[in-house]
Amino acid sequence: MDVLTPRTLDEALRLKSERPDALPIQGGTDVMVELNFDRARPPALLNLNELAELRGWSEENGRIRLAAGLTYAEAMQTPLPALAEASRTVGGPQIRNRGTIGGNLGTSSPAGDALPPLLVCGAQVRMASVRGERTLPLAEFVTGVKRNVLADDELILAVDVDAEPGRQTFLKVGPRNAMVISVVSLALRVDGELTASFGSAGPVPGLVSAPLEDAESFPVQVAAAAAPIDDVRGTAAYRRHALRVLTKRALERCLA
Amino acid sequence: MSTTAPKLELGRVGEIVPRADGIPKVTGEFAYSSDLNAAGMLWGHTLRSPHSHARITGIDLSAALAAPGVHAVLTHEDVPGEKLYGLEFQDQPVLAVDRVRYYGEPVALVAAEHPEQARRAAELIRVDYEPLAPIADAETATEQEPLHPDRPTMGHGYRDDPRPNIVRSLVIRHGDPDVEADVSVSGVYEVGIQDQAFLGPESGLCVPDGEGGVDVYVATQWLHVDRDQVAPCLGLKPEQVRIHLAGVGGAFGGREDLSMQIHGSMLALHTNRPVKIVYNREESFVGHIHRHPAKIWMEHRATRDGKLVNVRVRILLDGGAYASSSTAVTSNAASFACGPYQVDNALIESLCVYTNNPPCGAMRGFGAVQVCFAHEAQMDKLAAALDIDPIELRLLNALQSGDTMPTGQTIAGTLPVAEVIRRAAALPVPEQEELPRDPLRLPGGSGNTTRGEGVKRGVGFAVGFKNIGYSEGFDDYTAARVRLDADGSAEIHCAAAEVGQGVAGVILQVARTELGTEDVTLAPHTTATVGSAGSASASRMTWMASGAVRDACRAALEERDRNGGGAVDVERIYRHPRTSPLDPETGQTTGERSHVAYACAAMRVVAEVDVELGLTRIVWIGTAQDVGKAVNPQAVTGQIEGGAAQGLGLALMEEIQTRDGLITNASFTDYLIPTTLDMPPVVSELVEHPDPDAPYGVKGVGEPPTVVSTAAVVSALRVATGRELTRVPVRPDDIVGL
Ligand SMILES: Cc1cc2nc3c(=O)[nH]c(=O)nc-3n(C[C@H](O)[C@H](O)[C@H](O)COP(=O)(O)OP(=O)(O)OC[C@H]3O[C@@H](n4cnc5c(N)ncnc54)[C@H](O)[C@@H]3O)c2cc1C
Repeated sequence: MDVLTPRTLDEALRLKSERPDALPIQGGTDVMVELNFDRARPPALLNLNELAELRGWSEENGRIRLAAGLTYAEAMQTPLPALAEASRTVGGPQIRNRGTIGGNLGTSSPAGDALPPLLVCGAQVRMASVRGERTLPLAEFVTGVKRNVLADDELILAVDVDAEPGRQTFLKVGPRNAMVISVVSLALRVDGELTASFGSAGPVPGLVSAPLEDAESFPVQVAAAAAPIDDVRGTAAYRRHALRVLTKRALERCLA
Repeated sequence: MSTTAPKLELGRVGEIVPRADGIPKVTGEFAYSSDLNAAGMLWGHTLRSPHSHARITGIDLSAALAAPGVHAVLTHEDVPGEKLYGLEFQDQPVLAVDRVRYYGEPVALVAAEHPEQARRAAELIRVDYEPLAPIADAETATEQEPLHPDRPTMGHGYRDDPRPNIVRSLVIRHGDPDVEADVSVSGVYEVGIQDQAFLGPESGLCVPDGEGGVDVYVATQWLHVDRDQVAPCLGLKPEQVRIHLAGVGGAFGGREDLSMQIHGSMLALHTNRPVKIVYNREESFVGHIHRHPAKIWMEHRATRDGKLVNVRVRILLDGGAYASSSTAVTSNAASFACGPYQVDNALIESLCVYTNNPPCGAMRGFGAVQVCFAHEAQMDKLAAALDIDPIELRLLNALQSGDTMPTGQTIAGTLPVAEVIRRAAALPVPEQEELPRDPLRLPGGSGNTTRGEGVKRGVGFAVGFKNIGYSEGFDDYTAARVRLDADGSAEIHCAAAEVGQGVAGVILQVARTELGTEDVTLAPHTTATVGSAGSASASRMTWMASGAVRDACRAALEERDRNGGGAVDVERIYRHPRTSPLDPETGQTTGERSHVAYACAAMRVVAEVDVELGLTRIVWIGTAQDVGKAVNPQAVTGQIEGGAAQGLGLALMEEIQTRDGLITNASFTDYLIPTTLDMPPVVSELVEHPDPDAPYGVKGVGEPPTVVSTAAVVSALRVATGRELTRVPVRPDDIVGL
């Protein structure tokens, strides 16, 4: 297995177009698990860790840009309340220091904890290849369980979100009190309307909006929008029930 | 701060002695069995069955043999000696012959230059399977085709139950089991499959000695019984197989059965090269036995004022595909089914069956955990039915020295049940914390799911007990050898496995106490230089090793006196009081005792439960445990805390999930064990009443906390939620009522 370590974004994009089979690796907290469990044998790894272009976050024109290499530990310091709360729930300290937003998007798991808070902030995913750049709403970027629109020669550059967060919160259910993959999760944003996004309750994270007046019925609406399944982590019935409870509690926090 | 230099402690029995392996383990410098290395070493890999039940119709090795770096590909045809092995009965193939009976059963072996080459070559082995319908339901197993038609578990002096797929069927009849009483409460309880979940996966290094024999460096629990199972399968004499203890990353019963020992040795002898095998996490979950899942039916009959009159119990244990130590677990579950209470009449039926589910065997608590969860739920239910305080009810019935067990055995040693109950109940419970709080201090923890909404508090209580040492007539002994040098220094040899419990420290404390010198070293644990120590299990190793080392030290001193000085080298064997088998028809002891001794513990637990989401935070655990005499009080506290955590795990989250016998959560992503946010502080009271039969009065301390904590945690959850919660682990669905 080759490990390619470009020093600039241009070099990275060139390498990716030459070696479309090279698997990007940022924090490696998903990639290394796949390798260690022998579930993936990529012919090459494209190590993105030396790219300054993929680090940090910035604010311009009322939007916040989160570079793909932003770690959860860093995301906890951004002015995005739900993303910060969600980042706090991810793994343990080691994982939060290595795992990134871009990696969470790359994996596109329905349980990815960064996805619901980004969705409620109107996230746009910026991608690039030697052919040029494109931007898509996050809801269109993720197409199924661990599937997304990223082409073989493309990399994720950043996610752009609204800088005016409104009131937000994030809640995540797991059968133990830390270091757990979500059984079901919910991000809520209240700013003129109600926007909720849930994880682990359908093949892709769900997004539901309603006018403020619908606050009373919103928990039921959110639960109804979910398409959960029974799996080793929980039952569909529980996930639907918990979504109602989480939405109700989130509304109480954000409307108080 | 004190200005005087600390007095150099001798580190005798009863003193706090820091563990020698503590700092290396925490800093990552400790060498575990997976860290072993040898020049010219090959890597072994095991090809395992993807089916829980299938016939093997053909195996084609040609592609694997041609793969790069491969030195050997072996199947059952290459097993040089006996094809079957087992702890109690030889019913388990070294490598599957014509049938696989569980998911993950070993089928073939590969040795290659690099572990990845070995894995890839294993994928090239073509095994033709004809899948068979798996027996996945223990309740109907005795009505199915036999998985072991030759009935390997029958004819060993146990009750001969003619039905198919019986590992052991035991009935204990005590007093008049039909007698009625004023009140009766019943319940059906279920326990899921718990895994030992040790962090150090199965691993070892096998080195051929150039003369046909082999040295096996492995993380294990009982060196000599490994040897006695490995040698016949290799067609070797016992002394040609030397087992040496390598660094053990946790055991909890899961290393009593063999894992890679025979496989690695076969590859090493075949290639004449050292061979190392290390399981990955997924393989570890299928590579060892688990705690028996159980279904337990109980009826308690009592007088109106709370005296137990008659307890009727039916226990069904799923042993999985092979027997392992299931017969002893079956018997233990029966012995402790009534709890540490005086019961004059009882009918206890305990049955363990073969299925195509994951094989089960020894795990910390060994049958007592499952029944403690059930009998303590029953005691709470009875207290509610009689409107008696649950702690008073337990005190009223508490077993004590001189009382009779349902097996007819009179308890000879110490058993301060009432005292542990009183002392645990007297521990002050912390006040409820104010809101708002950091979410980490609420149910749901880092998930940020509540700021107090839906949270109810409950205080629960349980008491449990278990035997120490091997039972039912087993010749249970430990050897120790002491070499005194002319300069006064001493070297101790004892094959007691240091599995993290601290027995290495115990051995040194005993030797320092007896020899009166600090200049004592412990030789490597091996079969090569000393006799068997027996197993580091059944909470026996401290008792047994203390006895053996004490006796050997005293003998060495006497011999040196006789010789008038100089070097001496003596070996002594220590045996605990003899036990006797149970009568196969009545389940009554055929001698003075069937168990050697007992230890009990009581535990009080404070839980906060989010009753709308079904999430839990255990706030506090207080416990009083009967420890006989604490050899190293700090190590005892450590055992209590770790044991409580393991029982808490079973209560709240730990379960191997299966579908048609296939394990669906073989990873630490989906098999959850408690984190530091799930485990509260533990207040431990050590109750010290030296046992008259034990060296220094010691009792084993490893298992009682695990036995009692599952029951105590669920008791607290019941108080908080008002629900019956008859199954562990308790799922959020059960709390919410879905
Ligand atoms: C112990 C543990 C706990 C965890 N807990 C959680 C949790 O609580 N919640 C959660 O959501 N996840 C969790 N994860 C999963 C993982 O940490 C997250 O998905 C994380 O966001 C992945 O980021 P990474 O940088 O490590 O990605 P990597 O592993 O480096 O990559 C992940 C995927 O994204 C692709 N990729 C990465 N960067 C780019 C890019 N710039 N362009 C294109 N593709 C890219 C990779 O090719 C790969 O397919 C956990 C993992 C572990 C090991």
